Amino acid sequence: MANDNITNKQSLPVVTANDFEPVNINERESEVIKRESLTAWRDTWERLRRNKVAMSGLVALVVIIIASIFGPYVAYWVHGYDYQTNDLMATNQKPSALHWFGTDDLGRDMFVRTWSGARISLIVGVAAALIDLFIGVIYGGIMGYFGGRVDTIMNKFSEVLYAIPYLLVTILLLVVFEPSLGTIILALTITGWINMSWIVRGEIMKLKNREYVLASRSMGAGTGRLLFRHLLPNASGPIIVTLTLSVPNAIFAESFLSFLGLGVQAPISSLGSMVENALTGWMYYPWRMLFPAVLISIIMLAFNLLGDGLRDALDPSLKNK
Amino acid sequence: MGVMTGKNLIEVEGLKKYFNVGGGKVLKAVDNLNFFIREGETLGMVGESGCGKSTAGRTILRLYEPTGGSVRFNGTDIYKLSPGKMKAMRRDMQMIFQDPYASLNPRFTVSDIIGEALDIHKMAGSSGERKKRIEELLDLVGLNTDHATRYPHEFSGGQRQRIGIARALAVNPKFIICDEPISALDVSIQAQVVNLLQELQDRLGLTYLFIAHDLSMVKHISDRVAVMYLGKMVELADSEELYSNPIHPYTKSLLSAIPVPDPEIESQKKRILMSAEGGGPIRSADEKTEETSLVEVSPGHWVAMPH
Amino acid sequence: MARYVTSKLLYTLLSLFILITATFFLMKAIPGDPFMSEKEVPAPIRARLEAQYGLDKPVMTQYVNYLGNIVQGDLGISMKKLNQEVGNIIGQTFGVSLRLGLIAVVVSTIVGVALGLLAALYHRKFIDSLVMVLAVIGIAVPSFVMASLLQYLFGLELKLLPITGLRSPLGYVLPVVALSAGPIAYIARLTRSSMLEVLNADYIKTAKAKGLKWPAILWKHVIRNGILPVVTYVGPMTANIITGSVVVERIFGIGGIGKVFVDSITNRDYTLIMGITLFYGIILMAARFITDIVYVLVDPRIKLTSGKEG
Repeated sequence: MANDNITNKQSLPVVTANDFEPVNINERESEVIKRESLTAWRDTWERLRRNKVAMSGLVALVVIIIASIFGPYVAYWVHGYDYQTNDLMATNQKPSALHWFGTDDLGRDMFVRTWSGARISLIVGVAAALIDLFIGVIYGGIMGYFGGRVDTIMNKFSEVLYAIPYLLVTILLLVVFEPSLGTIILALTITGWINMSWIVRGEIMKLKNREYVLASRSMGAGTGRLLFRHLLPNASGPIIVTLTLSVPNAIFAESFLSFLGLGVQAPISSLGSMVENALTGWMYYPWRMLFPAVLISIIMLAFNLLGDGLRDALDPSLKNK
Repeated sequence: MGVMTGKNLIEVEGLKKYFNVGGGKVLKAVDNLNFFIREGETLGMVGESGCGKSTAGRTILRLYEPTGGSVRFNGTDIYKLSPGKMKAMRRDMQMIFQDPYASLNPRFTVSDIIGEALDIHKMAGSSGERKKRIEELLDLVGLNTDHATRYPHEFSGGQRQRIGIARALAVNPKFIICDEPISALDVSIQAQVVNLLQELQDRLGLTYLFIAHDLSMVKHISDRVAVMYLGKMVELADSEELYSNPIHPYTKSLLSAIPVPDPEIESQKKRILMSAEGGGPIRSADEKTEETSLVEVSPGHWVAMPH
Repeated sequence: MARYVTSKLLYTLLSLFILITATFFLMKAIPGDPFMSEKEVPAPIRARLEAQYGLDKPVMTQYVNYLGNIVQGDLGISMKKLNQEVGNIIGQTFGVSLRLGLIAVVVSTIVGVALGLLAALYHRKFIDSLVMVLAVIGIAVPSFVMASLLQYLFGLELKLLPITGLRSPLGYVLPVVALSAGPIAYIARLTRSSMLEVLNADYIKTAKAKGLKWPAILWKHVIRNGILPVVTYVGPMTANIITGSVVVERIFGIGGIGKVFVDSITNRDYTLIMGITLFYGIILMAARFITDIVYVLVDPRIKLTSGKEG
């Protein structure tokens, strides 16, 4: 071995200074970026796409949304009945070719009712979440952006309001103002926006002293530009996560209200009111409970999984928290 | 160092910026600053972190509202300007920030970042004009014009700082505050950025307030140097004079901390230590701090002396 | 500390006052009056009833009287259950719910912390994944679904446990499990993430480097520090268990306060609704108040002075 090395060394060509030539370094060229340009959103999406659990939540939601939009029409087109059509000769029937999910105590088709119930539950959840978002962003934005005394007063107000139990207020309101789709959504948002406003406040407070915001101010940017071009877009991650997670909360709250008889009223139904309706005698007709109960659980699960996945995708450093 | 006309571009008088820290206490981050900057000059401002130099810079640009005092730009007191006039004034005064990672909006492309000022002040008539101006600016700071569509996270620290400089230059300012523009960069990159700043000063006739905590770099770039300590200015002199003849104990202490690239000298060097008198800048609102005023000990060399 | 407690207390009382006021005026806003319900009441009797309940006085006087009564613990008389005081109804039924709720709190805390700790110790192993899957399911599945499912599976199909009532100790099993599922899931998640943080902290490495035995480290450092965030969950857990008990009591036919609440809403027994709402409100606000105080007491990192270093 030692000998080999020596012979190898000896066979190497002699290198002299003349063998070197300067590499022509063009500084500009060396700075060309080869990597494909990714926006923050594309980056997030790439991370989310690799998260199988979150993606299954997303896929489940997409399927459920499509089914809740078109499901009732499919049944109407195949069998010719809608969510109100009742057949008193065929009450509490087991799932069959005619009634895919069976029928309820009035002989109404459970397949149609389950999907139109899912539609109502989703409308309530999404609408309440969007109203929370709207109020929360404005209120939280003002607190965070202006700070100081404005913030102190507004924050104390929201704390006092928040300390009043959410569901109790909702129940009181719906006892007084008869439940309808509109009043339920409003009752759910009466203190529901506070959490969102705190998220927005915290984010804006954190971001408003970032140097890029100061830079924009030093260029003469006004409040509108600072809020809508710099602060809110950069706060959008936590806002979206909170939004995603507040949908299932509203859906749960609505189903709980249904349980108290304060949910959406007949003839329309939500998944919650269907479960409530199935409680009497469901030991004998389990399918009347099963389909809406399983569907509402899947919806809640899917939103939670997607929300958790979004949180991880938006801020990879927070993983496992 | 730039070409000086002898006219004062910036005049700071009695500038104060206090922060409420709760419990009836205030942090006197900037306490009674007085100085001027001549047109085309670079004034260095040094002090350890937390001495109020960045706050001073931000208050001079009116990013923070002052607690008291005035800043005159070309004779106009900028604190008295209406919001509309202030906005117009911002075209003349710009800032380069310390942290190249925090100073660029991560959701903006380079062209959004540089073009923002053009949009705010409606300086580009058409999108073609805007694009041309952005490319011009990128070229000016030594960046590839293809980079305009890229996002900040795709660049190195030095490149980001160049983007920050291009952004500041977009409005054709006369005065730029460089707030520790190199302290977050690798040593190998620092010189490049400082050279770029000097080159730009010569080409565009800029006036700088150069804030740093590192005296060696400040000496290289500044005409005059101001030393800040606990929110106050303790010494102000021409760079050469300050380095050869420091008077205030804090200045001496700072200068003794500069490493010398010679192990022999370095090992024998005596560090001058100074303890913080008076316990720092947080005080109760009505508490009197020790009053000092700047005394001119030789032409252009001012030192803080107790009354 | 004393200042912190008083200010928290004042804000809690302010919230309570708002709830009381809102309750009163919302009930006043209901069209018609309490005696309109079933059959026509002759005018003289109606007038006498109104006088008896103070309904002939101006609204503001009624409001002041109402506030005064509440301060004395008088929540009025049920409108549908003849001559029964709301306070008495609550008193008679609350015991059952309280016992059920407390058992659920204890079970949730022990099981939740244990699962969370287990998941943290076996981070990224099978146990961890299993606990996290269970936690997500526990959070996502609504309590009424959980309760009905348990009832169907263990009561009806397997016939292992009683379907309704609390007549035997076994009768508690299903309601407690249904009540605890959600809180267990939350506590397990909270514990896991805070334990993970502690386990990765430098002072644990230092303790290991010092040669401390693992059980000692686990007990002295990991569990003590990792359990802190669970305290913050006391408030939400109370809310969770109260809402849960409303559902669970109805499904398992338990005669607690939750069932009375559901019935009062169905019957539109307004004084009873108001009374129970206030009662729940006080419990929930007290739970949140205690959480705030306890959290500050146990976590030395939270300083109460508002001053910050510049």
